[in-house]
Amino acid sequence: MPKITFVPYRQEEITVEAEIGSTVMETAVRNGIPGIEAECGGACACATCHVYVEDGWYEKVGAPQPMEEDMLDFAWEVKPNSRLSCQMKVTAELDGLVVHVPERQA
Amino acid sequence: MSERISTDVVIIGAGPVGLFAVFELGLLDLKCHLIDILDKPGGQCAELYPEKPIYDIPAYPVIGAQELVDKLQEQIKPFGPIFHYGQQVEKVEKLDDGSFLVGTDAGTEFAAKVVVIAAGGGSFQPKRPPVPGIEGYEGTSVFYSVRKMDAFRDQSIVIVGGGDSALDWTLNLQPIAKRVTLVHRRDDFRGAPHSVDQMRALVAEGKVDLVIGQIAGLEGEGADLSGVVIKKTDGSTVTIPATRMMPFFGLTMKLGPIAQWGLNLTENLIAVDTEKFETSEPGIFAIGDINSYPGKLKLILSGFHEAALMAQAAKRIVDPTKRLVFQYTTSSTSLQKKLGVN
Ligand SMILES: Cc1cc2nc3c(=O)[nH]c(=O)nc-3n(C[C@H](O)[C@H](O)[C@H](O)COP(=O)(O)OP(=O)(O)OC[C@H]3O[C@@H](n4cnc5c(N)ncnc54)[C@H](O)[C@@H]3O)c2cc1C
Ligand code: FES
Repeated sequence: MPKITFVPYRQEEITVEAEIGSTVMETAVRNGIPGIEAECGGACACATCHVYVEDGWYEKVGAPQPMEEDMLDFAWEVKPNSRLSCQMKVTAELDGLVVHVPERQA
Repeated sequence: MSERISTDVVIIGAGPVGLFAVFELGLLDLKCHLIDILDKPGGQCAELYPEKPIYDIPAYPVIGAQELVDKLQEQIKPFGPIFHYGQQVEKVEKLDDGSFLVGTDAGTEFAAKVVVIAAGGGSFQPKRPPVPGIEGYEGTSVFYSVRKMDAFRDQSIVIVGGGDSALDWTLNLQPIAKRVTLVHRRDDFRGAPHSVDQMRALVAEGKVDLVIGQIAGLEGEGADLSGVVIKKTDGSTVTIPATRMMPFFGLTMKLGPIAQWGLNLTENLIAVDTEKFETSEPGIFAIGDINSYPGKLKLILSGFHEAALMAQAAKRIVDPTKRLVFQYTTSSTSLQKKLGVN
């Protein structure tokens, strides 16, 4: 199984196994990663699963679809490497992915 | 203050569960008024995920969330429910005759024999952006909606957001404002294309300023705003002189005034029994996502079931002498008459 590393804001990083086909948000919630709120349960309707993708990984992960880009308008401190983790599907290629959790969700 | 509206039942919240309650109560001849802070029916289904498919509504292998709301509206139409949108219920008080006084922030008052709270996750309210100190400016300099246009006359206004609300208020306030600056994190707008075009035209004429960036801070004295600090995409910051700010960051659900109604709550949910879904106050019921009981599942299906059982108990309160006869809609001519199908 691919491994994903979450870096919660100003806390130790946590590396967990992720199921292929699930989302990065689901992986975070299943493992109790602090700072991923995911209020809407992955419907791309709340922007509280916002993460920053580590340098070098963004190209592999890909840019957001228009619906996600719209929802990012509701996130806080959006950067060029911002993604909503519920819209990122885990694939074998993402083994080793590192994402950072922002200081706060919107 | 307007006159008090008398009714059998007031339903607080017009989400899917509040809507279906109209049907179950209607079969028992109870008339309903519904109140919602949103400007449309459907609660979470309509506001959060209208385009998404739902797979666990009985007999529908798949149904869109907005489609479900539309069908519920069609189903309850024979019972003539009356909707009061854009109002938040602030108080629920028991009157001497055992009925309830329900009051909204718009000043509408109801006298109801039964109150049904179908408030879901609470009132939909504008999200407060997490800018340090923003609370101190709210209501004087920072506004999430426009109640009185005059409060914006001759002011320097910063509007933040890229959707219809941000665009509409940019267009509406520009003629009366001293200056309007629209701030958005990207040069791409979700709002209606027509509004985007109008906004761009005003920017081209120099009548509106458009700044691409995100809010980084607020400046001011006491409750009076004087400037909004914007972080631009290149990392530089600018301070825009401003006496008013309107941030539009979508809606979130907040329990709101429900906590002050004297009902027993468990973790922000209203405790009910599982026979009638009645709260700690006889005559006040709670159904759907807002209630809590052992084994509760926050599903639309569960809310529908709760509505059916609640209606039986509500009928006994409104019409204590009437004997309730159990009937099927398939075969009962009297139920079919109420539905207008016979
Ligand atoms: C993304 C997502 C997907 C979902 N998918 C499913 C699914 O597949 N199947 C399923 O069964 N459920 C699903 N749900 C859950 C389902 O939407 C809820 O169970 C359902 O909406 C609850 O209905 P309700 O009528 O109790 O409350 P809500 O839909 O929350 O409506 C409550 C309404 O009350 C209003 N209100 C509250 N307080 C006040 C007040 N004081 N004054 C005025 N108005 C007030 C609110 O503004 C709101 O409009 C999903 C939810 C989400 C967010
Ligand atoms: S969980 Fe709500 S947008 Fe991702």
